[in-house]
Amino acid sequence: MIDLLQSLIDGLGRGSIYALLALGIAVIFGVMHMVNFAHGELITVTAYIAFGVVVTTGWGWWAAAPLIFLGAVGTSVVIEFVAFRWVRGASDFTMLLTSFAVHFLVQAIFVMTMGASVRSFPRPEWADRIWSVGELNIQIVDVAVIGTTALTLAATVFLLQRTMFGISLRAAAEDFDAARLMGVKSNKVIRQAFILAGALAGIAAIFYLMRTGQARPTTGLSPLLKGILAAIIGGLGNMQGAVYGGLLLGVSEVLLRSWLPEDLVGITDGAVFALIALFFIFRPQGLLYVRSAERV
Amino acid sequence: MLEISGLTTRYGAISALRRVSLTVGANEVVGLIGPNGAGKTTLLNTVAGLLRPAEGEVRLEERAVTGDSPDRMLRAGLALVPERRRLFAQMTVVENLRIGGVTASAEERSERLDEVVELFPVLKEKWGTAAGYLSGGEAQQLAIARALMSSPRIVLMDEPSLGLAPVLVDFVFDLIGRLRAEGRTMLIVEQNATRLLEVADRAYVLRTGEIAVDGMASDLLQREDLFDTFVGSARDEDSKPSEPDTR
Repeated sequence: MIDLLQSLIDGLGRGSIYALLALGIAVIFGVMHMVNFAHGELITVTAYIAFGVVVTTGWGWWAAAPLIFLGAVGTSVVIEFVAFRWVRGASDFTMLLTSFAVHFLVQAIFVMTMGASVRSFPRPEWADRIWSVGELNIQIVDVAVIGTTALTLAATVFLLQRTMFGISLRAAAEDFDAARLMGVKSNKVIRQAFILAGALAGIAAIFYLMRTGQARPTTGLSPLLKGILAAIIGGLGNMQGAVYGGLLLGVSEVLLRSWLPEDLVGITDGAVFALIALFFIFRPQGLLYVRSAERV
Repeated sequence: MLEISGLTTRYGAISALRRVSLTVGANEVVGLIGPNGAGKTTLLNTVAGLLRPAEGEVRLEERAVTGDSPDRMLRAGLALVPERRRLFAQMTVVENLRIGGVTASAEERSERLDEVVELFPVLKEKWGTAAGYLSGGEAQQLAIARALMSSPRIVLMDEPSLGLAPVLVDFVFDLIGRLRAEGRTMLIVEQNATRLLEVADRAYVLRTGEIAVDGMASDLLQREDLFDTFVGSARDEDSKPSEPDTR
């Protein structure tokens, strides 16, 4: 029982990061009907920001965290403006290819300018501290990420439900042309979606980088895949489902890791993907269903 | 109020509209009828900014607005109640109304909410209900109320009775009659030609993308050939060829 509880807490810590990324992917999918493969680059860019701030300037994590957040928001806005704005209205396939192009372009830029090698930077000293509650050993970073994610999600729900920004975004996600007929400006609502997705990715990046303490051109790839997977599990385009998908994915990973024999731990990711494939056989629409007619 | 001249809209090589010209005067209700595929929805979507015309001009209150985006058209004073309503099904009634007033200030939006609720009291009872759960009549009221939230100077309606049960069709045309009595300017597309001609001042018949006939609605209603030759549907025998409606 204690082991299960321990895995659950560890899984929620991991899943919170996936949930924030998946929510951002779902927000973009809602307004653009595109799976944004460039979303992981927000993590890559901010990994180098973390490296620069923590190692080069020596300012430490209290300076790095807000800069990572701002870096993710800024990068998201720039990617929308430089790449996606010009293909808006093109076929889904064209937009998907554009997101791949951005993904590989950002990687190539970092390979050329920073090299392909891993740049390590110190993780915050407090992140590894353990908080013992009875037989449970809880990493402080897990408490921080779960708490911050809960607050972020509460703020996001408030934003989406109670503000005109949120209502416009949800309307555009449900029927983009109908939202335009109501007076919602397409440029504005899409820019806002990218700002929100960037902000969510920024928060995820802070905790992801606190755990890994590494920057390399492919840093964003693994969290991107997990984020996309979580969004798909939740029912692509469904924001609530994306959050559930992220948490479920995180918990499944940790549970599998703890149950698998030690010499099979390396296949955890493969086993998770196999389980998800099985899940889709029984529930192809994901956790929460979004009717295609309600999408853009 | 609204002047459309020589409007041509194409889907690829196919012209869905060919040099269409029509006008809608202030406080006037103008009907647009025609068989399926005549280009009626294309015309409304082009005027509202969802489609870009290949040729021609659209003027709203003497200002050229040709090819403007839907949000600019709305800000210019033109609202469209789209075909099949296109409500935001997952959002509540009040959220649908609030999004209809997205261009207004918070204070104006609140005032307009009070106004539309006075006009459509049933919506107040369904305030927190997701629009996807409304009945056909309630949904149509919400679609019209949502368009009115922007305080438009002209409302375009695309097939307001489409898919509704006969009793609800009566209700929708009563509703249009009430808006007409308020002096609203409207351009209405409708398959149910007889009912539309009964509430309209003037009407245009569109056939294969061109205006085939136009005139006073009361005159068109008397033309026996109109329905078979141009509209492509039988006259609704239950409808009384009426005396002209007076406001």
